[in-house]
Order: sequence, then C-alpha cells, then structure tokens
Amino acid sequence: MPNTIPARARPAMLTSRAVQARAADRDLVAAFVLLALLAATPLVLSAFGQEFWTDVVLRAMILAIAAASLNFLIGLGGLVSLGHAAFLGIGGYATGILADFDIDNGFIQLAAVLGASALFALVTGMVALRTKGVHFIMITLAFAQMVYFTMIGLRQFGGDDGLTINYTSMFGGFDLGRKDTLYYVVLAVLAVVMLGYARLRKSDFGLLLKAAKGNERRVSAVGFDPYRYRLAAYVVAGMTCALAGFLDANFTSFVTPGSMSWITSAELIFIVIVGGVATICGPIVGALVFLLIEEIMGGVTVYWHFWFGLFLIAIVLFARNGLVGLLTGGRR
Amino acid sequence: MSLALEVRDLNKFFGGLHATRNVSMAVPKGELHAVIGPNGAGKTTLISQLFGELRPNSGQVLVDGRDVTHRPVHERAGLGMARSFQITTLVRDLSVGENVILALLARRGHAGRFWRRVDRNAELQDAAGLALARIGMDPSHLPRRVSDLSHGEQRLLELAIALVGEPSLILLDEPMAGLGSEESRAMTRLLAQLKGKTTVLLVEHDMEAVFELADRLTVLVRGEVVAVGTPDQIRNDERVREAYLGEDA
Repeated sequence: MPNTIPARARPAMLTSRAVQARAADRDLVAAFVLLALLAATPLVLSAFGQEFWTDVVLRAMILAIAAASLNFLIGLGGLVSLGHAAFLGIGGYATGILADFDIDNGFIQLAAVLGASALFALVTGMVALRTKGVHFIMITLAFAQMVYFTMIGLRQFGGDDGLTINYTSMFGGFDLGRKDTLYYVVLAVLAVVMLGYARLRKSDFGLLLKAAKGNERRVSAVGFDPYRYRLAAYVVAGMTCALAGFLDANFTSFVTPGSMSWITSAELIFIVIVGGVATICGPIVGALVFLLIEEIMGGVTVYWHFWFGLFLIAIVLFARNGLVGLLTGGRR
Repeated sequence: MSLALEVRDLNKFFGGLHATRNVSMAVPKGELHAVIGPNGAGKTTLISQLFGELRPNSGQVLVDGRDVTHRPVHERAGLGMARSFQITTLVRDLSVGENVILALLARRGHAGRFWRRVDRNAELQDAAGLALARIGMDPSHLPRRVSDLSHGEQRLLELAIALVGEPSLILLDEPMAGLGSEESRAMTRLLAQLKGKTTVLLVEHDMEAVFELADRLTVLVRGEVVAVGTPDQIRNDERVREAYLGEDA
C-alpha cells in the first residue's frame, strides 16, 4: 500500500513535541533536586537557629500534598474542584474526633481518615462527576460547604472554635507528633505523591484521564466510560488530600472548620496554578511561594492578600504554566 | 443471511423537527451500505442514534440480532461497533500514538494500570505502528501531536482508530469530507479493502466514491427513506433523481 500522506514539515512538528518532552524531563529532575534540598533544610536552618522557618517549610509540604492531589484532578482530569479542602477537614476531624475519644492508635486513625475520605469522595463524586465545567465547580463547592457548616454546628467537637487534639497519633512506639520525625514523614509522603504523579501520568490510567479531558466523545467512541475512571481519580485524590489533613492535625494539634472552607479550597487552586498545572514540582513550589508571601508580606502589611492577588494575576498573564513552566520552558 | 444491523421504525424529534421518520433498514453481514441524501436529510442524526450518542424517541436498533437501543456508547463499542465522525474527533493535544493506544487499551478492556508506563510498552507501541500501517501511514508519525497533522492525515487516523478494535460494524460519517481529490482516491482504495471483511455503513457526499464502493444504498430525504437498492437501481430511480440527484448534480 502506498504511503498516501506526504510528510509535510515533519521536522518542525517533531520539535514542538520534543520541547514538551524535555520540559517534562527537567520537571522530574527538578523534583529530585527539590526533595533533596527539602531533606537538608531542617539541618541547615537549625544550624542558623531558624527553627521557625523549618515549621513554615513543613506547613508548605503538607499544603503541597493537598495541592498535589488537586493538581492530579485538574492537570490530568480537567476536573476543577472548588471543594477539595473538604478532604483536608475530613482528614483532620477523623483524627481529632478519634483522639477526643482517647483513641490515639495511628493505624486506626489512618484507616478512619482514608475510609471516611474514600466514602465521601465516592458519594459526592458519583453526583458531581455527572456534571461539567461550572456545574462541577458549584456542586463540589456545595458538598464542601455542607461539611463545613456541619462541623461548625457540632458543638461537642468545638464547633466554630475548632477542636484541640490532645493526643498525637501513635504508631506502636512511634509518636507521629514529634516535630523532628514528623518533618521527614511528611517529606516521605510528599516524595511518594510527587513521584507517584510522575509515574501515573504516563500510565494507561493517566492517558485515559488526559484523553477524556481533551475529547470525551473520542474516549466513549473507542469503548471506555470516562465517568468510571474519573470517579476512581476523584477517590484517589480525596484520600490523598485527607492524608494531608491527618498530617496537619499531628503538626498543629488542632483542626478547625476553616480548614475546609471554600477559601482554603480556593487557596489550593491558587497554589496549583502559581506552581504550574500538571507539573510534578508545581504543588510544592506553589505552596512554598504561597507561605513565603504570607509570612513575609504578612509581617509587613495586613493587606498581603492584595499583593498575592497581583502576583497571581502576573503569573496567569505571563507564565501560563506557572513558575515551574517558567523554569522548565514547557508548554501545556 | 444474518443481519449485521437492523433498524426498526426509528423516530427522532428535535422539538417540532421530525429528524428521523420511521426509518427501517436491514444491512446483511459484510455489506458496504451507503446512506446518501441532501444536506439536512438526517444522515448524521441517524448514525448518532445507531451509535448511541442520541436516543431515538421510538424504534429499535439491533446489532448482530441484539437489541442495543438503550445501550450507552461505550458498551456498543464493546459489542464490536465503531464510528468515525464527520467533524474530526481526536484528542488533539495528545500524540498520534497515544490516540491509537487509547483504542488498543479499549480492546483490552480496561485502562486500570496505574503503574505501567504506556510509552515504554513495546507491545502497545508495535501494535500502534501496525494500526497506522493498515491505513498506509508510516509508524514514524506515532510521536507527532494530532494538532500538527494535516486534515487529510487526521481523517486517515480516525479510520485507523476505528479499525483498531476489529469492529464487526463500522459507521463512517463522511470520511472524505474536506479531502483533496488525491486523498479522496486513497481513502476510497482503503474503504474498498474493507469490503467483505467487515460491515460498513457509509455516509458520504462524494457520489463518485459512493457509487464505486457501495453494494447497496439507502436514500434519505427529510429524515425519510425514499429508496433502497443497488447503485444501478438508485441511479435509475425517478424519485431519487427528483428528490436528490436532480438538485445536487
């Protein structure tokens, strides 16, 4: 059979694809470098007596785990959830409520955190994923606000004031709440989440999500039901975000309804966009920048959100793939 | 002779518009059956109902004797149906290879492997190369982005993807739309090779190609079947000349 297609301008086309591949490789290399830097951070900072900043970095890493789970939904699935912080709260409250009943067994707590978040993701996802675009945003927001107001109403668990957690999680003889070890546990979880994402986006599951984002009709036409795969992604993302809530509860010994308000959800979206949608390093870069701006500008002016807003606008206008996109030179 | 596709009294309304009127068809296995008709005759509407993207208001669609009227699109694909679209429907920001592999995964039945890398899977890559070779495209096209392909290449890729699942019934919605004359002839040759191997329902405006390829034709006018027959019968049918060929040719 003759080759019916003339290979018009093929070299130039291949290049655009190659640029993208190189950017993805740099993103992965950058992930390893960043993780190594994060591993050295506590040692360096404590040598200079700057333990406060170690806590900021720790907070950023926890936030990055939550943001990474949202990045998975937005970047691969095109599913912009404005209720993702609900899972942070579910993780935090599952831990805090069990501790309130004097159950500080970390295995039981973790099972409750993952079980509750999986169930919530499954039930809300089954409804929300029937919708598209703006409707999906609104439904995820509505579900999150339901949980938010439920926790405000539950006076026995602190209501509006939040719940103080008196016992941190015990894994056998290992106390997760200890600051020096918690840092490395969080770093390990972050590493698994980042590298897991790098792997997943190249798997057939990742390919299906990307294809469904790009052209749902095509995916159905070859014989896949996109809904099932999106639901699986939604549950995985929800459980991962709840894990961040579990870690945060051990870090702060405190959980408030505010952790699951729509404002927190919007902040997670900020972090994903500032860092770079669909990148491996985006969530941690975005979270670090977010907290640094909060700490530094927050010390200078109470209107730091204004400056953060300007910064976000600049990123969206001038760096469509976020900070990581600027550094790796990739395009979406 | 057993039927690959049977349509019974299909009706579709869009508000006041009766887009499909009591359409009945019987396509035996292995036939290349063309559906022709002037613009607005409801050809694409008919295909979309056969494939499940639109639900008919009444009537039945049977594939291999099985009633699929109420099955969703992805299940019909699983039963051996495939379609190409009038307006190219590919994932534009993925590569040619990834678009083909998507269809290969569907044939396997699932895309539930979180860990194995698709781009390092030699088996899938080879199969994707073979799928391109079937439509005369070189495997070197695999890493190219679909959005970088020419229109003609995209039309061919759609056909390649439709063929991946070895469909027993393939619905082609104007595969030659927008093609140059040379590309059209290449597409005609490819479709000719399908004859006898699989059942094809072809909607096409290129009359030269249709009359060359089709075993039988159904003529649709304003949602209604006005004639069914071999190319010769259709050419000489007075009603068809009046309703269709007269105004078009």
